Amino acid sequence: MAAEEGKVDPMKQFTIEPILGSDWQLADGINIAFTNSALWMAITAILVWVFVAGGMKRALVPGRWQMAVESMTGFIDDLLEANVGKGGRKYVPYIFTLFMFILFGNLLGLVPVGLIPGIHAFTFTSHFTVTGVLAIMSFAIVLIVGFWKHGLHFFSLFVPAGTPLPMVLFIAPIELVSFMVRPFSLALRLFVAMMAGHVLLKVLASFVIAGGSGGIGTGVLVGVPSFILMVAISALEILVAGIQAYVFALLTSLYINDAENLH
Amino acid sequence: MPQIEQIAATLSSQVFWLLVFFGLTFVFVGLGMVPKILGTVDLRDKQIADDITAAQAARDQATSEEEAWRKRENANRAAAQGVIGEAKDKAAATNSTKLAEAQVRLDERLIQAETAIDAARNSAMAEIEAVAADAALDIVARVAGAEVEPAAAEAAVKEVMAHG
Repeated sequence: MAAEEGKVDPMKQFTIEPILGSDWQLADGINIAFTNSALWMAITAILVWVFVAGGMKRALVPGRWQMAVESMTGFIDDLLEANVGKGGRKYVPYIFTLFMFILFGNLLGLVPVGLIPGIHAFTFTSHFTVTGVLAIMSFAIVLIVGFWKHGLHFFSLFVPAGTPLPMVLFIAPIELVSFMVRPFSLALRLFVAMMAGHVLLKVLASFVIAGGSGGIGTGVLVGVPSFILMVAISALEILVAGIQAYVFALLTSLYINDAENLH
Repeated sequence: MPQIEQIAATLSSQVFWLLVFFGLTFVFVGLGMVPKILGTVDLRDKQIADDITAAQAARDQATSEEEAWRKRENANRAAAQGVIGEAKDKAAATNSTKLAEAQVRLDERLIQAETAIDAARNSAMAEIEAVAADAALDIVARVAGAEVEPAAAEAAVKEVMAHG
């Protein structure tokens, strides 16, 4: 796995390494070592907290920081208002946390802290164990709210309004499958998008190194264009980081809408 | 792919720490701070809406007060016009009575003057008659040498004057 001389392993960045307590156990056989992944989750949590805490002045005329925080909460508030309606306000804390946690996690993975020797950025959203847990949480909220509010009537979600009776037999199983696929699509979308971008950047980085060490000709011909492409793709990745966080929050709110306002 | 190769070894750690840090973020940021921030925004929106309503109310009041003021002003103006008209009428009436009085006085004085003139004329005529009678006496006495009775002379003068 380790990078050989002049070679970049594009997958090494996703390796989880214990930092502390590699023998910590929650119960027998359940290891909870504090890994580099956990460290970046902690950094994300702290930065989200710092960011939002900076907007807690609660001034009538907001400053820049307060304005930034209020525009983020207002963004999530509007998102839920538009997709769920008035009842959507009680989900703002969850969706906001979800959005900010994913957004900061995505963006932190792009910060070039690798320039400092011995430190490696880690994108925990590029692990489906993490995105899976987030997706299952969102899906669980949908199920709990749905059955809590509508009871067994929630199953009518699988029968779209106005379906003729004979068609129900065919449509209900399809709807059920599409419903059950939701947490997987939610988790995989984020995981794949984040991983693909980082792999692409590392592959291009290996081109830059290989091209540079291959001589001046390949350096100019391969290395320089690859480097320019890396810069462009880094910009694109920042966009993707925001979009994927938004998509996760948007889809979660749409699924919550199904449970909140059953047709 | 480390995500798959390490899954058995790291799954519990990943899930545990994600739940810990996401949970902490949710409790402290999501539940602790976000409602307050939304409350601040709502408060501000409400204050702005209230201010706008108050401004609208003040504007409406100002408009209605201006309307009332205009009404009052128009009434005042009409009243003033009435007073002016009344004063004009009164002045005109006084003028006409004064004129009438003056006319009456003038007429009286005219009549008095005429009477005085008549009287003066009459007395003058009488004197002329007397003078004419005397003159007639003297003329008759000098021309004809006749002594005429003054009464006859007066009668003759009267006769001539009446015809002449």
